[in-house]
Amino acid sequence: MSTLPAASELTGHRRLRDWIGDRLLLLLTAGASIAAVALIVLIALKVLRSAHLAFSAFGLSFVKSSAWDVNHKVFGALPGLYGTAVSSLIALLIATPLALAIALFLSELAPTWARVLVGSLVETLAAIPSVVLGLWGILVLGPIAANHLEPWLNRWFGWLQIFSGQPSSSGILIAGLILAIMVVPIIASICRELFLQVPSELEEGALALGATRWEMVRGVVLSSSRPGIVAAMILGLGRALGEAIAVAQVIGASWSIPTSLFKPGDTLASKIVEEFQGYSTKLQLSSLFYLGAILLVIGLVTNLFAQLIVRRFDVYRTGAR
Amino acid sequence: MAAVEQALTIDLRAGARARRRRLVNRIAEAIAILAAAVAVAMLVWVVWSVAERGASLISWSFLTGDLPIPFSPEVGGIGPLIVGSAIVVGIATAIALPVGVLIALFLEEFASNWLRVPIQLAIDLMTGLPSIIIAIFVFSALVYGHAENGVAGSLGLAIVMIPLITRATQEVLRLVPSDQREGALALGASRWRTVVGVILPASLGGILTGTVLAVARAVGETAPLLFATGIFGRTLQLNPTKAMPNMPVQIFIWSESPDPLDHRRAWATALVLMTLVLVMSLVARIALNWSRRNTTR
Repeated sequence: MSTLPAASELTGHRRLRDWIGDRLLLLLTAGASIAAVALIVLIALKVLRSAHLAFSAFGLSFVKSSAWDVNHKVFGALPGLYGTAVSSLIALLIATPLALAIALFLSELAPTWARVLVGSLVETLAAIPSVVLGLWGILVLGPIAANHLEPWLNRWFGWLQIFSGQPSSSGILIAGLILAIMVVPIIASICRELFLQVPSELEEGALALGATRWEMVRGVVLSSSRPGIVAAMILGLGRALGEAIAVAQVIGASWSIPTSLFKPGDTLASKIVEEFQGYSTKLQLSSLFYLGAILLVIGLVTNLFAQLIVRRFDVYRTGAR
Repeated sequence: MAAVEQALTIDLRAGARARRRRLVNRIAEAIAILAAAVAVAMLVWVVWSVAERGASLISWSFLTGDLPIPFSPEVGGIGPLIVGSAIVVGIATAIALPVGVLIALFLEEFASNWLRVPIQLAIDLMTGLPSIIIAIFVFSALVYGHAENGVAGSLGLAIVMIPLITRATQEVLRLVPSDQREGALALGASRWRTVVGVILPASLGGILTGTVLAVARAVGETAPLLFATGIFGRTLQLNPTKAMPNMPVQIFIWSESPDPLDHRRAWATALVLMTLVLVMSLVARIALNWSRRNTTR
């Protein structure tokens, strides 16, 4: 009479398929996730293992030494640490105020069309491949900096050691400028999200009390987002510290510690780019891995630190609501 | 009568303090607008420089021809670079898309709290990993002792892409209304049927946008390819187990050369690469910002 299959038959068949499907999905998703954790650990182990030869030869004094001599088998990281720190610092000093102002424009000032358009354009700035930005850095920005920016800095601020000496079209200052262009969109887009999260009752309250828009921004938006802004800066710093290609193109490749920002230098990452392919001894290769290991540790620490702030901030925010 | 009129006009005129506050407000607003203009101007400047210097070399024979013989006055072409980049990024996407989505599904749909924290942390750390570290890792794990090959480069790029795709997927998974999820489960659908039949279709758009952004990022990444597939031949290479020619590494090589013709080749290749990247990321980002427009205020 009935052409339908028996209910028990149907559910039995389906139940088996569902049982397998559920297990399979869980297995696949869990497997991929565990593989991601394993990968991070593997990367750290592999880099540290490859640095072992140099570590056993130089120990921790590698960090304090400025030597880099393949023939005499002595290597050290100090010039790279200096170049990394200084170029990143320049980038952060330029990028932070600029990015904050952009974020305020996007979150508080701009009408919707401008918010979508300018927001997209600023994020597109981050999408320019670093090798293209580096090319632009050597051939366009470098000559302009050497002919205009650096002579100007030298004329007015030449009494400062950092702005003394001959202008040059590749050096630490130009690396800092290129890094600033890379960092601005990162800080700006994080800060925009932060500012948009500020409860609008607080903002409207301040305006209703007669505050101007700027007073509201300073008193409500900026002060309540301060930890988040710090986290955004640290994430930007992380990007600047690790950038290799563009910096290698513009910094001028010199394993030295110049006091003048116009002079060429090197960062940990740029040194790896320059010498990795053409290494001649195992100790040299291992020393390059040692530089990488230092960079990895610095990168992981800055990232963890920023994550920690962001997490606490999120909790505080959601708790406050 | 006159006294009353005077009192009124004084009351209505802003005092010095109010004028100063308004001026400060104006200045702050002007600075914010100026900063946004500076950022847009930087983008326009870089894009314009590349377009202006690169356009003159672009032709059909440049886009399809073999790479020039070193030190040759012939311009040559970048056909092998375009094909190589497409293959390397294609393999990377084939790895990163399923892995990235699976991780996001686990984090949002399955993981208990104590599992979610370390996995999320690993993904966040992977996002912040300098690409040069990925490069030397891939070299020591897959290239050292073997020959350079495209697959190793693809794996490096996949490590760059996975956290990007995971994060984008997580974001859209969170937007899937829990009514739909619970509705499917209440109708008796199993977990995997709910995921495959309801959750993934609902978040497909966001996953695609995220993938396009990740591809745009990967196609311009130089470092992970530099030591994995950085020394390649002049002609078309379709076998990814051999070193694959690719655009970013060749731009880097040409940019370091003293030969002005190499610089022109670098600009033209950069124009091709940048056009690809900017079109992909601009379209994806406008789609994202447009859909977000209503959720954030």
